[in-house]
Amino acid sequence: MKKYDNNDSSVVVIIGSGAGGGTLANELCQKGIGVVVLEAGKRQSTSTFINDEWASFEQLAWRDRRTSSGSWRIATDFPNLPAWVCKTVGGSTTHWSGCSLRMREHEFNALSVYGEIDGASLRNWPLSLGELEDFYDRAEDKLGVTRTHGIPGLPGNNNFKVFYNGAKRVGYRDCHTGHIAINSKPRDGRPACQQIGFCSQGCKTGAKWSTLITEIPAAEATGRLDLRSECHVSRIEHDKSGKVTGVVYFDSNGNEQQQLARIVCVAGNAIETPRLLLMSESSQFPDGLANTSGEVGRNYQRHTTGTVYATFDDPVHMYRGATVAGIISAESDHRPERGFAAGYQLETVSVGLPSIASFLEPGGWGRKVTTPIDDYANMAALWIIGEDLPQSENRITLNRSEEDQWGMPVPNVHYDDHANDVAMRNHGFRQGSAIYDAVGAKRIIQSPPFPSSHNMGTCRMSEEPWFGVVNKWGQTHDIPNLFVSDGSQFTTSAAVNPTLTIVALAIRQADWIALRMGRRDI
Amino acid sequence: MSTRRSFISKGSTIAGVLSLSSTAIIALAPARAWALDLESLTTLQGHTLLVLSRHIFPHDTLDSAVYALVVKDLDTLASDPKVATLLIEGIRRLNEVAGGHWLDISPERQLQIVESIAGGEFFEKVRSTAVISLYNNELAFAHFGYGGSSFERGGYLNRGFDDLTWLPSPPDEASPRRSNR
Ligand SMILES: Cc1cc2nc3c(=O)[nH]c(=O)nc-3n(C[C@H](O)[C@H](O)[C@H](O)COP(=O)(O)OP(=O)(O)OC[C@H]3O[C@@H](n4cnc5c(N)ncnc54)[C@H](O)[C@@H]3O)c2cc1C
Ligand code: SF4
Repeated sequence: MKKYDNNDSSVVVIIGSGAGGGTLANELCQKGIGVVVLEAGKRQSTSTFINDEWASFEQLAWRDRRTSSGSWRIATDFPNLPAWVCKTVGGSTTHWSGCSLRMREHEFNALSVYGEIDGASLRNWPLSLGELEDFYDRAEDKLGVTRTHGIPGLPGNNNFKVFYNGAKRVGYRDCHTGHIAINSKPRDGRPACQQIGFCSQGCKTGAKWSTLITEIPAAEATGRLDLRSECHVSRIEHDKSGKVTGVVYFDSNGNEQQQLARIVCVAGNAIETPRLLLMSESSQFPDGLANTSGEVGRNYQRHTTGTVYATFDDPVHMYRGATVAGIISAESDHRPERGFAAGYQLETVSVGLPSIASFLEPGGWGRKVTTPIDDYANMAALWIIGEDLPQSENRITLNRSEEDQWGMPVPNVHYDDHANDVAMRNHGFRQGSAIYDAVGAKRIIQSPPFPSSHNMGTCRMSEEPWFGVVNKWGQTHDIPNLFVSDGSQFTTSAAVNPTLTIVALAIRQADWIALRMGRRDI
Repeated sequence: MSTRRSFISKGSTIAGVLSLSSTAIIALAPARAWALDLESLTTLQGHTLLVLSRHIFPHDTLDSAVYALVVKDLDTLASDPKVATLLIEGIRRLNEVAGGHWLDISPERQLQIVESIAGGEFFEKVRSTAVISLYNNELAFAHFGYGGSSFERGGYLNRGFDDLTWLPSPPDEASPRRSNR
């Protein structure tokens, strides 16, 4: 494996190896650029992944201390686990279920289309769908998204059959097994899905795309990637001219190290990325790096979500097969006559027995929790995922009263539901329930959100430097050789799962960085 | 439910016999009798926690052997003296409110007392342990009909991922036939 000297200031340093960081690393390496990836987590593989929800969670999830506040239920239900993200090589793409959708034109123009909404800090993206289309195309090819590039859809499982029939009976015309980055037939060195049902536990066959399985090995094969796992970056350093010069990190032995860099790209997911910028405060930048706008950490978005579970007289066995196995997009358009702006998707989801009692009614007990579980084998479930509105005060801050294992302030995640989010979630609950009612549900349970698996917006893109942290290339407005390369860049959250867009932006950013490096602009 | 008493703190056990209604579990068990050795808790405390877990997550036909797994995990946690004190104090309080042995009063009265302590630290310790221990084991998997680890059995591609027959099958354009056989 390639090893760069810690004083080699010609490399691009990428923090995080997930959807954003892992993709960017591979794209840069393919172009001949030397890359050091610093990843806080350990490296696993298809052989070490575990088909056990809790053990896998301990193996892959980010469990460093965090705090939360605000009116969202998460602050009560999971106060120290506001987000469900990973700390491992491959980041949250080891956990993700592969649902891969493009944002639509209106979602890039949220402010213009939805108009000013009280309490929301809506902006338009400084980017159009047209500008991103080619990159979406490349991303879908890279991920092997079903129903694109001639790749067949996946066969639907039992959970999908219930969902599909319910959808048809309530009048949703379009319902299918979705656009999923899971191989329906062998492709790109990855086998076809065996319907194992542990997609969120890493996928032991490798049928599911992740940066661990695809991007990182490809980057390593170029001989230009120095991937350092169990290396936790604590600070980004800069010189007097205001350019970043490298990073400080704790290595796997807990020793503090420094790595110099020509360019630093932060892709730690939307909580760690702003946290790191804030922690990198200095006398020159007392509010943190790239934060002259004061926007670092603000506009935290996590999608409006909720789960509808239904039990039936007959078996479903929802745990068999792919976790997200089908989609209805009919509610995803902006139709204000429903009483809210923007829209949402309905997607099947399966929850295993080990974790269902924790999620059905978080903190709950007694027969209202156990009666549905008695019917576990006869249960189907779907997930609502809608666009939530950015709000300036929904933000990541440093909680200086608590320290993590490295003595650094933990991030606090503050989120208040906007009235729009609440109206949308209730609409989703009604529609989701109607779907199951239509196929004879015995009992329907509407459950509040899980810890956030989609995290966005905390270093948002903006045309004008005072409205956001990065420009349309993910380059920070303040510091030309500092980039944000993950979902933190999102100006608005859009009613689509975020990863395909994160990957498309990373591909595009790599092209731009390579071009600028070639011209010696950065 | 047995309420055998023991006041020996070390080397205590709780034990039981699988009820004949748990056919799925009996198929897994090497023998019908089960026993659980406790390190930190007494038999009486173990039984109290077992019955308490049953009130918190009541499944009428779920065998006590599965609830005993909650007690096992609480017993392990009780090797930390802070947790031990929390549990012992909590049990003491249950008995105090019951005006004797909480285990000996009617299930309806027991539940009323549980409701009165819900949300407290002791209750939360038992609930948050039970919510995982009770459902994350092979006995519970068998009882509730969950498949557990499936990779070593080749997943569900040929084991029923789409075997639901009580609704019509979606058309090919919505759900293509599997293409890799
Ligand atoms: C259960 C689950 C299901 C999901 N399903 C879907 C889906 O179907 N479709 C979809 O689009 N999305 C899905 N997602 C979301 C998806 O996983 C994320 O959107 C995506 O992975 C985010 O990419 P990222 O690059 O921002 O961060 P991540 O992929 O989380 O990567 C961040 C990496 O940075 C590392 N890191 C952070 N801070 C530091 C530091 N200071 N030093 C070193 N390393 C650091 C972390 O350890 C991590 O590995 C799902 C997520 C979960 C949890
Ligand atoms: S269902 Fe498919 S994608 Fe999910 S774990 Fe199994 S093989 Fe992997």
